[in-house]
Amino acid sequence: MSTVMESKVRIQREDFSVTDEIEAIKKSSANIGGIVVFLGTGRELSKGENITKLNFEHYPKMAEKKLEELRVKAIDDYKIIDMSIIHRIGEIDIGENIVLIVAAGEHRKEAFAACEWAIAELKRTTPIWKRETTSKGEVWVQDTP
Amino acid sequence: MVTLKYFASLKSIAGKEQERLDLGNETTVQKLSETLAKTAPQIGEMIQGKKIIVSVNQDVATLDTVIHDGDEVAFLPPFSGGSQ
Repeated sequence: MSTVMESKVRIQREDFSVTDEIEAIKKSSANIGGIVVFLGTGRELSKGENITKLNFEHYPKMAEKKLEELRVKAIDDYKIIDMSIIHRIGEIDIGENIVLIVAAGEHRKEAFAACEWAIAELKRTTPIWKRETTSKGEVWVQDTP
Repeated sequence: MVTLKYFASLKSIAGKEQERLDLGNETTVQKLSETLAKTAPQIGEMIQGKKIIVSVNQDVATLDTVIHDGDEVAFLPPFSGGSQ
């Protein structure tokens, strides 16, 4: 069972609890009326190849800094109340949690928009890399469709 | 001394995760790429061709960014975090 930490932006090896993170963000404000969650999980099939294992690497300090910048921008630009972003690193099995974004707003509309923007921006700007292991060997994924 | 860090696929291309180079008191990303091109042509080429991102002290840099003694320079291939 994972524990919810104070920080709203985390990069960690251990798994997280989606429920715990939702409960934590609810404590930010009594004005929250809509929470949108994006949960990214390890998928078995990639470009026709069966993946047996995923491995994530990050650039410590810079990755955390980028996620915090992203969180602040999402809150400012989309006028949401709060956001938390958690990304796992290290070895991840198929079906396991990879990334969680929780966007909390007064209303659902801004929470949906902020959450969608945040995952796209995370993929574009955060120094995190994925290595896939298939029957053909290991390959670093370098495209971000 | 400047610390150079290589990430993901660049580690196997460079053959190392990290190195320290004496680049004098002040240089630029452009000049560093020219220096690296002599020993690691592929890395030099990728910097020049903007195939990879260069950061200086955890901030995204351009070819004109100045590098000072003691700085940390990192070479970052295209990111692939999150999930598809």
